[in-house]
Order: sequence, then structure tokens, then C-alpha cells
Amino acid sequence: MKLSIRRASAPIAALFGALALAVGTACAAPSGQPVRIGSTLALTGPLASTGIVHQIVGDIYVEQLNKKNGLLGRPVEWIVKDDQSKPDLARTLYEQLITVDKVDLLMGPYATGAILSAMGVAQRYNKVLVHHTFGIPSLAKYDAQFPTWSLGPDPAATFPNTLFDALAAAGKTPKTVAIVTSKFPSVHFMSLGAREAVKKRGMQEVVFLEWEFGNRDFGAIAARVKDANPDFVWVGAIGLEGNQLLDAMKKIDYTPPLHFYMYPAPGPMAQATEAKNALAATIFEEHPPYLSNPGAAEFVKLFNERAAKAGIPYTQVETQAAASYSAWQVLDAAVTATKSLDDKVLADWLRKNKVDTIQGKLRFDGPSNYGDDLMAVKQVQNGRWVTIWPKSVAAPGATLMTK
Amino acid sequence: MGAPSFSLLAQSVLSGVFIGALYGLLGLGLSLSWGLLRQINLAHFALAFLAAYLCYQLSATGKIDPLLSLALIVPAFFALGVAMQWVFARFDITPFNSLLVTFGLTVIIEALIQLIWTADFRRLESGYGDAKFKLGFLYVPAPELLTLVLALALSFAIWAALRHTDVGKALRAAAEDGPIATAFGVNRQALALMLSGVCTALAGVAGVCIALSYTLAPAQMYGWIGVVFAAVMMGGLGRPLGPLFAGIVIGVSEAVTMALTSPSWAPLVSFSLLILVLLVRPRKA
Repeated sequence: MKLSIRRASAPIAALFGALALAVGTACAAPSGQPVRIGSTLALTGPLASTGIVHQIVGDIYVEQLNKKNGLLGRPVEWIVKDDQSKPDLARTLYEQLITVDKVDLLMGPYATGAILSAMGVAQRYNKVLVHHTFGIPSLAKYDAQFPTWSLGPDPAATFPNTLFDALAAAGKTPKTVAIVTSKFPSVHFMSLGAREAVKKRGMQEVVFLEWEFGNRDFGAIAARVKDANPDFVWVGAIGLEGNQLLDAMKKIDYTPPLHFYMYPAPGPMAQATEAKNALAATIFEEHPPYLSNPGAAEFVKLFNERAAKAGIPYTQVETQAAASYSAWQVLDAAVTATKSLDDKVLADWLRKNKVDTIQGKLRFDGPSNYGDDLMAVKQVQNGRWVTIWPKSVAAPGATLMTK
Repeated sequence: MGAPSFSLLAQSVLSGVFIGALYGLLGLGLSLSWGLLRQINLAHFALAFLAAYLCYQLSATGKIDPLLSLALIVPAFFALGVAMQWVFARFDITPFNSLLVTFGLTVIIEALIQLIWTADFRRLESGYGDAKFKLGFLYVPAPELLTLVLALALSFAIWAALRHTDVGKALRAAAEDGPIATAFGVNRQALALMLSGVCTALAGVAGVCIALSYTLAPAQMYGWIGVVFAAVMMGGLGRPLGPLFAGIVIGVSEAVTMALTSPSWAPLVSFSLLILVLLVRPRKA
């Protein structure tokens, strides 16, 4: 018996040794000069409530990278500066990141204005700019910018159709539509697209209203929507505007039969009782099939924990966090595949290849380096967001709720 | 677009009165400190938001009724105002410098709010939020009605105090001609401390009203500055009733503009009215 154990122990030890070596190689601590990735985020100022989401995501991804093998076997260092929600400051800081901090790679800032500023700087220095929250694809002219918010090249034409398809599939095609919208650029053009879709589909637009971003009093707008009595209300709102309008509607005892909000603040809207059955656009929610995408389940768990620790009231992963994580996945994939930090090599590879991300496969070979419009329709159901359309990404069993 | 219904117009006017009352309440302390203390206190907005967050916190963790929180916030803010005035007097800050100093204070208070409550949105959940009643065909929300009542009560009380009490007369005299007032025995320093305390306490009251009706985010404090300044200028500096009436005129004009034309025209209203007032009555503000 002793002999047989001794005999068996040699190959077992060898096997364990080989395994340990393999695991050790795969997870070897990164060493050498760090790869420096530079970006700015809106850590203060009016966009800071979302900026912090991107900071948490970046921290998580860099930690995950460094726990594995870093990038190209080197540790990763993320230099993030506060652009105070100011695009002009973002421009200066990106210039600094490239010329003073001498970062190897860039990651985009938060929101369209700052990204546009960063894009100009990246173009001047021929740097690749992967970015996560650019809302107006037609303005992305630089050929080495790569968007990970999968809007598609013409979301104003594609997304309203996705939305009205969702309503039609549920047998709820509206006859009359009210379109009310903020003049905030990245939602305004989407609302104009919705107007076109309404016209093309033979629905009647009963009211069209625009307000300046920063409007405080939604009472009169709510009263006008109520007066028009539409079957469906498209609200081109960003951030809290959707909640403000809902609040004003509630005060005059009005509940729209069906209502959609372009880019609402996800937490406040999901938690507001008056937002029951509200619809919105999304690229990721915390349910299958999204959770089966590469890295999604682990990321969701980590994000939930970190967001709670950071004191963020809404700790779920949705569009912002998902687009942000995808941006890091895209940059990681390009460096890993090319084994290079050279911007030209990375840009060439990204243009020719698709990347698996938590929101699905992204490609960058369309107009302005945009690929498919992966935006889906979600709805507040029982106090949480659930994707309902298209069926390929809908939560199991989820359909449009109207009551 | 067809003619708006009467109910739409009436509801819009009511909505304008309510928001105008908040403009007036925010403008009341600002107008008094500008007109009587010669301080352009930009930090008034930041202090109002600080009070709003305190009200939120007291309600969320201490389960204190938002209206009862006034019993804590008002004295605390009065003391804060007294302290601020003491510093201002100690360093002999001029009206122009007060603008710069209070702007700096605003940025510091905003950073402090963000540090404590984060930049994320906070919503005060209270029984008042959903409370409303119907008056004929008009819906009257309770938090906004409360704001209107407080704005009217405080504006008229301060107007009466300035007009009919010795302290009020002394304050007006000190603002009119400080050295002469001193010669008549008016203690300007003590009055300034008291008035600064009252103005800051008024910011606290406005903050509680903001918390009752609005979702909070630190950077939102800047959104109120333009229109409230317009109300203060239109209403006249140091006149307690002026900001309230000017605020209501602006609020109703904005609401009617939104009801009749494109809501995107509304922001032009306050400044157009201000320019008109300055053209017609240049010595008013």
C-alpha cells in the first residue's frame, strides 16, 4: 500500500506542480514600468452624480487587470483628473495628460461635451480615444475614436423605431403622441427623430414642446400634456427632468397611459411611484441574458458592492456603468490582441475586429466608427428596471406592462 | 395649436404663483442683505441648499418632520449668519468684495455638500410630498402652498417690522446714512449682526421649502441665481415685499409663456422683464 501511494504521488505532484506553474504564469503579478492610462471625469460639478459611476467602474477594471497580468505583463496605473463637468477644462487636462503626464493610453471622459474636447486633443496627438458616453454620433469625426455606447451611427432614426416596434408588438400602437423635450443636445435630436418616426408611422402628434435644459417649473408643461390627452408621451428628458415632469403631472392628477423618457436618472425614476411602467432606453440591465455576457456577472457583483460603499443611492449596473466597463474591455482587448501600446496599431486593430463586451459584441467599422444600435427598451416594473424589447435581450418573461 | 383651455391657463398661472413665491422667498434674504447691509451675498443660494440637505438628513435619519426641522435649522442658520457678518465686519469687506468672498463661500459649501451627501440626487420623502387638494378644477399641491404661505407671512412680517418697529427704523436709517444713524445712537454693528442672522435664517426657511418640493443635487444651487437676482432687482433692494411680488410676476409670466407658446421661451421672460423695469424705472433697483 505504501508503495502504491509513493508510486502515485510522483505523477500527482508533477501534475500539481504543472498546474501551479500554469496558474502562476497566468496570474503572475505584473511587473516593470506601469502602463499609464489617462482620463478625466466629471468628479465635481453638475455631472458629478454620474461621473462617480465611471470612476467606480474604472477603479474596478484596473484592479481586475492588475490582479491578472496587467497589460502586456506590466501593472496598470490609471491617472484620472477632475474636469469639474467643464468641457474646456477637459481639453486642458487631456493636453496635460499627454504632454506632462506622458500617459501611454487615453480613456474618454464622461458626457458628450467633454468627449468632444478630448477628441480634439487626441486627434492633435494621434492618440486612440476609446470613450463611453458620446451622445451625438454624427459629431464624432476623428478616425481613431471608438465609442462603446452602442447607439449606432444614426440613433435618431433607429431607436424611435425600436421603441414603437416594442409598443406595436404588445398591441399598444398609439394613435396620438405628445413629444415634449429638453433642448439638451443629445436628447433633442433624438426627439426630432421621434417626430419623424411618428409621422412615418401615421400616428398623430398632438403636442410638441421644447424647454431649455435647467428648467425648474414643469407645471405648465404637465398641464399642456394633460390637456392634449395623448395615448403616448415621449419625453426627451435627461437626468432629473423626467422626474420633475412626472412630479408636475402627479400634482395635477395626471398619469400618461404610456410614457417614455430618453435618458432618465435611473435611480430616482425607478424609485418614484409615479414612474410606474415608465419606459426608457438601455444597453444593459442586471438580468439575463445580459448577465451571460463576458465579465458581466462578476462586474455587477463588484459594482453593486462598491456603489453601496460609495454611498450612491442607486447601486445597479445600467447604461452608464455598462458603457464605461465596455470601454475598458475594448481598450484591454486591443492591447492584448496586438501586444502593443502603439496608437496606430491599436486603431487599425479596432477598426477590423469585433470586441466582446458586457453589452454584447461591439464593432467599429460603420460611419464615425459606430457599429450596431444595440439600444433596447426597458420599463420600470415593481420598482426596478427590466428590459422588455427586443426579445433577444428582454428579461425572462418580461413584457410591456400597461397597468 | 388651438386655444388653450381655461383650466390649462388657470393651472399654469397657479403653478407660476407657486414657483414665484419660492423666487420671492429666496430673494427676500438676498434683497435685505444687499439693500440694508450692502452685501451681495451669493452664498445665500448655497446656504439655502445646505438647509435643504440638512432638512433631508433630519427627516431621513432622525425621522424629524420637515416643518419641525425649521426649529433646528432657523436658529442654527441665524447663528451662522451672525458669525459670517462678524467675519465680514472684522475684515471690512466692501460690497464688491462681498460678491467675490461669498462666491468662494458658495464653492466651499457646494464641495462640503458633495463630500457629505455625494453629488447624487437626494429626495426628501415626507407626507407633504404627495399631499394635495382640489379647489374647483384646480389642483393645489401642499408643499407649494406651504411655500406660498411662508413667503407671504415672512415678507409681510419683515415689511411690518422694518416699517413699524424701532429696530426696523434703525436698520433703515443705518442703510440710508450710517454715520448720521450712529450719531443718533444706532448701534450699527449689532444691527448688522442681527440682520445677517435673519437673512441667513431666511435662506434656511427657503431651503426647507426647496427640500419639500424638489429633488436635490449640489450643483442645482446655481440654477436659481439668475432668476432670483432678477426678482430682487425688479423688486427693489432692501424692500421685503418687492422680491415676492416680482417673483410672482416672473413666475406667472414664465408659466403663461409655457402654456401659450414654446416652454423654451420661458427663461427669456425674467430677464426681459428686468430690462423693461430698468428701462422704465431706472432708479427702482
